[in-house]
Amino acid sequence: MYAFEIDRPMTLADAVKALGAEEAQALGGGQTLIPALKARLAAPARLVSLSGIAGLKGICTADDGALCIGGGTTHAEVAAGAGAYPALAALAANIGDPAVRNRGTIGGSLANNDPSACYPAAVLGSGATVVTTNRKIAADDFFEGMFTTALEDGEIITEVRFPVPAAASYQKFEQPASRFALVGVFVAKYAEGVRVAVTGASEEGVFRWSEAEAALTARFTPDALEGLSLSGEGMISDLHGSGAYRAHLVGVMTRRAVAAAG
Amino acid sequence: MPEVSMTVNGKPAKGQIEGRTLLVDFLRDTLGLTGTHVGCDTSQCGACVVHVDGRAVKACTMFAAEAEGAEVRTIEGMAEPDGTLHPIQQAFQDHHGLQCGFCTPGMVMSAAALLAENPTPSEAEIRDYLEGNICRCTGYHNIVKAILAASGQDVSRIAAE
Ligand SMILES: Cc1cc2nc3c(=O)[nH]c(=O)nc-3n(C[C@H](O)[C@H](O)[C@H](O)COP(=O)(O)OP(=O)(O)OC[C@H]3O[C@@H](n4cnc5c(N)ncnc54)[C@H](O)[C@@H]3O)c2cc1C
Ligand code: FES
Ligand code: FES
Repeated sequence: MYAFEIDRPMTLADAVKALGAEEAQALGGGQTLIPALKARLAAPARLVSLSGIAGLKGICTADDGALCIGGGTTHAEVAAGAGAYPALAALAANIGDPAVRNRGTIGGSLANNDPSACYPAAVLGSGATVVTTNRKIAADDFFEGMFTTALEDGEIITEVRFPVPAAASYQKFEQPASRFALVGVFVAKYAEGVRVAVTGASEEGVFRWSEAEAALTARFTPDALEGLSLSGEGMISDLHGSGAYRAHLVGVMTRRAVAAAG
Repeated sequence: MPEVSMTVNGKPAKGQIEGRTLLVDFLRDTLGLTGTHVGCDTSQCGACVVHVDGRAVKACTMFAAEAEGAEVRTIEGMAEPDGTLHPIQQAFQDHHGLQCGFCTPGMVMSAAALLAENPTPSEAEIRDYLEGNICRCTGYHNIVKAILAASGQDVSRIAAE
């Protein structure tokens, strides 16, 4: 690791101020950033730790029924505290391993937008809203491709608001060495229609499978997906699986998610 | 250099650190607590697991500065002051839960975190909880058996060695 300074502000206002410094970067749980720093893939001059800011942690229900999760809330806290949205709690309970879940945060996972990460599928699949220090960003506008988001420099994710669906499930086909998703599919059924978000598959990062959404909105059963498939074109192809294999898995995991959501 | 202070195994501890000093390096190099191991340094193996405020974390994936004011427990804090092993450590010995022993500190700390959360886990729950702890020697079987035994459960149900 190259040398850097660490700040540990106790308020959001101080964190925003500290992030205004030259080459400053936010530190969430560090479960992605610290390995990246060790590999010298990132070289900030200053890290601004968000872990001391009490206001960034916690789960509550808004007046409109949405589940609100603070940007600094750990995966373990979501697993234990998001009972109002069981598919989301189950997703969080399956990220990495217990030690990763005790440090890693929802804000860090979304800001990172790893193409194989789990939370992006839940956020896009729920049509959630990402709240930052500057604005509110709809899920459909937040993810801009592999490791890229709409966030600007110094912008902190303070909260994520999830509308709670009537039924939902996240099905992850695990890549056993990394424990990330080889392919993961999040299906959520709302009064306005069904949303299907896919992670792990596309070179563009998380995406919505619109044909499946239309078919499932008409009829919410695994059979409704009969005859639908995605092409391997543009899918991630690596030693763990070809693009065609991943495209096939998307269909399988979507059917499983619909069956599990019931 | 900034200073950090925390409680380690019940005793106050402090020292000078750099921003980039990892908790595991502070424990091993500054405090001389070399029981916490570094297996991979890439957040995969769990040899470095310690408890911070009662929760299992990978000490190679947390900065020492982040542990300011925290209660840290390492493998050195498990046995009684007179050397009597912690029941989990004793169970690892009784059930041959280690061979080279490199992964053992992390395994014991993860097991202690599991039993604090879930005092009578099933075999499947133990295996699931140890997902982030890698052992090159034992094949895990006797580790699982030791943890089951430490939780006071019958181990005759799980397949023989
Ligand atoms: C062994 C292992 C297994 C894993 N398995 C999985 C898995 O199965 N599924 C999965 O989805 N993930 C997995 N992860 C990644 C894990 O979920 C990380 O916690 C997460 O990707 C990053 O969150 P963090 O809080 O640790 O962020 P950090 O590592 O601290 O930061 C990541 C990025 O986000 C930025 N950032 C952090 N917080 C904020 C914020 N509030 N606002 C704006 N920017 C912010 C940082 O500047 C940095 O660019 C795994 C990690 C490890 C080490
Ligand atoms: S040394 Fe920390 S996880 Fe391997
Ligand atoms: S006993 Fe050797 S690595 Fe586990």
